[in-house]
Amino acid sequence: MASNDHIIEVENLKMYFPVTAGVMQRRVADVKAVDGVSFYIKKGQTLGLVGESGCGKTTCGRAILQLYKPTSGNVQFEGRELTKLSNKELRNTRRNMQLIFQDPYASLDPRMTAGDIVGEPLIVHNMVKKGNEYKDQVNEVLRMVDLEPRMAERYPHEFSGGQRQRIGIARALAVRPSFIVCDEPVSALDVSIQTQVIMLLMRLRDELNLTYLFIAHDLSVVRYISDQVAVMYLGKIMEITSSDELYDHPLHPYTQALLSAVPIPDPVVDRQRKRILLSGDVPSPVNPPLGCNFNPRCQMAIDICREQEPELRDIGGEHFVSCHRI
Amino acid sequence: MSSTTANSSIEAGPKRRSFLVDVGVRLIREKPLGTIGGVIVLILLITGIFADFLAPFGMNEIHSDAFLSAPTSKYLLGADNLGRDLLSRIIFGARISVIVGLCATTISVIVSTFIGIMTGYLGGKVDLVVQRMVDAWMCFPGLIIMMVLITILGPGMWQVIIVLGLQYGIAGSRVVRGAVIGIKENVYVDAARAIGCSTPRILWQHILPNILAPIIILFTTRMPAVILVEASLSFLGFGIPPPAPSWGGMLSGAGRSYMFMAPWIAIWPGVALSIVVYGINMFGDAIRDIVDPRLRGGVGRYGTAKSRAAAAEK
Repeated sequence: MASNDHIIEVENLKMYFPVTAGVMQRRVADVKAVDGVSFYIKKGQTLGLVGESGCGKTTCGRAILQLYKPTSGNVQFEGRELTKLSNKELRNTRRNMQLIFQDPYASLDPRMTAGDIVGEPLIVHNMVKKGNEYKDQVNEVLRMVDLEPRMAERYPHEFSGGQRQRIGIARALAVRPSFIVCDEPVSALDVSIQTQVIMLLMRLRDELNLTYLFIAHDLSVVRYISDQVAVMYLGKIMEITSSDELYDHPLHPYTQALLSAVPIPDPVVDRQRKRILLSGDVPSPVNPPLGCNFNPRCQMAIDICREQEPELRDIGGEHFVSCHRI
Repeated sequence: MSSTTANSSIEAGPKRRSFLVDVGVRLIREKPLGTIGGVIVLILLITGIFADFLAPFGMNEIHSDAFLSAPTSKYLLGADNLGRDLLSRIIFGARISVIVGLCATTISVIVSTFIGIMTGYLGGKVDLVVQRMVDAWMCFPGLIIMMVLITILGPGMWQVIIVLGLQYGIAGSRVVRGAVIGIKENVYVDAARAIGCSTPRILWQHILPNILAPIIILFTTRMPAVILVEASLSFLGFGIPPPAPSWGGMLSGAGRSYMFMAPWIAIWPGVALSIVVYGINMFGDAIRDIVDPRLRGGVGRYGTAKSRAAAAEK
């Protein structure tokens, strides 16, 4: 499926964290945070990655950026295999791929001014020397995210949550990357601020021709910003398709359950629709169930679901589903 | 009244003021004992630096009219068994205390920071191996290990400084390591990696500035200990060799032999030592309370009633 318009291709990515015990730190088990994930993102598009807490969304994003060393699997970024790069090559590649963090309070160094935080990537990648040109570039990036250049002298604690998140976005944008992983960039913000930040991210995507991997658990936000949406459950992808298709014709039982939990701001409609309530809890990623990961909670599960793991199949029109029953 | 309180609480915030100025202002405003300590430290520093101009006589000048002289108008603090003016020797002794205190503490803080950052940030096997070595080092009684080292290196001021710096540096690495482990879990360290910072840059640019508070505390609390231990070593004969006027040495040699005939020989260096150690301790305590953000707003031991009331209002 290698093709030139795929900016990033993830193939069978696995990220296991060891569970150790005893004095000798013996490895007794693995937390299978990401367990065989494959997808691609086309240039200029946004892939939304949704799933409940602890399903491995954030780990997946970080493993793609090689912030964790993946256990196995391949990540091709602009035609280059990231998992095989040396540390130095990887650091240079980071110029083109950046990360926006979830928590705008913890992700900014409290001892640096906003200007220095935004300008640091420029210095790190030797794109500009300290001086007037540096200041100009920092100011330009700040203006891009609707912050005023005079705020560059301030420290993070002097900003509001939304402003801090915009500093985080500016830091990611400073080096003009082509690909940005947005790790739940709005879930720590007020709803009113969320809209501002989402609008900003969309505007920047169009202006700078960016590609996003947009990780979130808020389905309505994801629908708004994404071209494609992937649904994750317990370290695996259950369904990937275009966002309209996913929201209008969800095929996987888990996606259907997830969508039926989205609140509808109309009590009449809300009362009439059928809710799918999942029983039980998410199984532990240390010891995932045999067969399909979702089978213990699935209403449609049959014998094969408990024995054999389903593959992510294309059922036509770039709609991929991992389910035996479809 | 309420408006002035509000004003001062706004000013006390870390607004535009630089870190050091802020600490200074809060020291004077909130910590009277710490301010006294600071003044003692300042006097010690000035005495040490300008000893040549302050001392009425040279430190080893022998006055044949003054053997074991009690304090007189000429020899303000008396003289020792060789007829050397005690005031002058105390003043020159301050210089030695300042040099040893500052240099050994600086070395110890650098050693602590280096070991602490390396083991704390890298973790894993490096941490395990190096910290077990630190454990082993700390198993020995400090004074004995230092005496052995000085026996090997030979006597002299710089040998004492190196040994003191090493001893306190290795022990202090624990404090820095703990702070680093706390800081490196912060998301902004991940962020630094994500934008492509190299490890040295992360350590220098993101870890070090954020552990500055414990490092400053380490410095101010180590300093009096270093001065005291230098005095102990000199008292035991392993420190700065005579005739240099180390306070510890002055206590031991002539001070002990002539304790009943001329008690002032032992009293003055003891008093000087006590005042200096007390002063630096108070100063260090106050700095720790101010720098530690958990104690911000003067709710610490020496917080003033006003600042405590302001904190309660919040």
